[in-house]
Amino acid sequence: MATSSNNSTALLDIAEVSKSFGSVSVLRSVSLTVAKGEVVTVIGPSGSGKTTLLRCVNFLESYDSGSIRIDGKEVGYRDAGTRQRRSERDLAAMRAETGMVFQGFNLFPHLTAAGNIMLGLTKVRGKSSAEARSIAEHWLGRVGLGHKADSLPAELSGGQQQRVGIARAVAMEPKILLLDEITSALDPELVGEVLAVVRSLAEDGMTMVMVTHEMAFARDASSRIVFMADGGVSAVGPPREVLAAETTNERLRTFLARFRASHF
Amino acid sequence: MLGQIAYALPFLAQGFALTLWVSLLVVVLSLVAGVILGVGLVYGPAPIRWAVRIFSDTIRGIPILVLIFFVYYGLPAVGVHLQSFWAAVLALTLFKTAQVVEYLRGAVASIPKGQSEAAMAIGLTFRQRLAYVIFPQAFRRFLPPWINGVTDAVKGSALVSLLGITDLMQAINQVIGRTYEAMPLYILGALIYFAVNYALSYASRRLERRFAFIRD
Repeated sequence: MATSSNNSTALLDIAEVSKSFGSVSVLRSVSLTVAKGEVVTVIGPSGSGKTTLLRCVNFLESYDSGSIRIDGKEVGYRDAGTRQRRSERDLAAMRAETGMVFQGFNLFPHLTAAGNIMLGLTKVRGKSSAEARSIAEHWLGRVGLGHKADSLPAELSGGQQQRVGIARAVAMEPKILLLDEITSALDPELVGEVLAVVRSLAEDGMTMVMVTHEMAFARDASSRIVFMADGGVSAVGPPREVLAAETTNERLRTFLARFRASHF
Repeated sequence: MLGQIAYALPFLAQGFALTLWVSLLVVVLSLVAGVILGVGLVYGPAPIRWAVRIFSDTIRGIPILVLIFFVYYGLPAVGVHLQSFWAAVLALTLFKTAQVVEYLRGAVASIPKGQSEAAMAIGLTFRQRLAYVIFPQAFRRFLPPWINGVTDAVKGSALVSLLGITDLMQAINQVIGRTYEAMPLYILGALIYFAVNYALSYASRRLERRFAFIRD
């Protein structure tokens, strides 16, 4: 069994998680552990379950069996055995422990950049609005948008919006940050500014799980790479091992070959 | 002629006050009930969704006049006796509520799913998501049809005169009964209804501009 639930340093412990949409099996007994400070990148062909797996970690998706623990605490269910869903309040509290950045940014269009970041700080963390404002300004500065605090999302470029999205997630001081194809909706020339922010967070020791198609970035920034295919983990290891051209894993070799053909 | 109408003005003013009172009651009650039922329709468990759907489709399929007569003349058959005023308010409120349910459903459905997910991801509870993320955005889409509905409610309130309630419409008819000055009085009535509804539409346009934070 590939689980390492006995691994006491695991911050995120995904154990044998399975999920189907109707008759389609999207996750097949996926197990993965992520240690504190690790940057784990999930790659794989579309439909392989990468995004679904990520969305299970903060319970935006439920799963049919298995268990997902953060810091030893079961995420979506009171108990993995009984599979009794947590209460709304409990779920909200659990989700506040993970940050998520979305492919489509999903900024709140009626709030300014600072307002987007302050919402969780005031309503979930219970901070005063003055305190939340100064935290928001700090993080906007970190992502290079200190001067855009009072801009509405519609007044920002895609890359700027996504940086606000990252600031909104990390300002909550999550234990783990989930990045779901965060550069896929961006024009190529805007990708770099967003990845630079992710890299600086990694250097600060932020634990991250990201789904991405940016192979060069995955290779340089990840502690480990997970290759998913058909809803299961097909390969996992350090970037140089997983991305090696001479891999014996047939699915992985096909994926990488196709990838190199289309991107280089 | 003008003298007779001037003489009747205080009486007409009383009728107008009643029209406004009925309209206000109907608009406020239907807003509260409609938003609650609308949230039930969008987010509730299946039995609640079905119940609201059946309520809304049924009420919207009945002419409002039939609804008014049904509540006033029909309900006593099952032991519910309402004063004509409250029967009228109830019937109009039911009708408006069904509309508000649909406006709310449409407005909420127009907000992309990613908004709820982003709100969930930062740890907001269901109520907080509605209050701080969904409703502020849905409000802008809810407002125009709802204001239309409010003006309909003001106009539709004239139907309560059929239960013998002395609203503006009934007051006008009574003054005409005494003076036989139908044309000037109906014109006066039309102007009053128009003035109220024009003020509402104007306020609505101002509000829409104020909340135009999303560019379509």
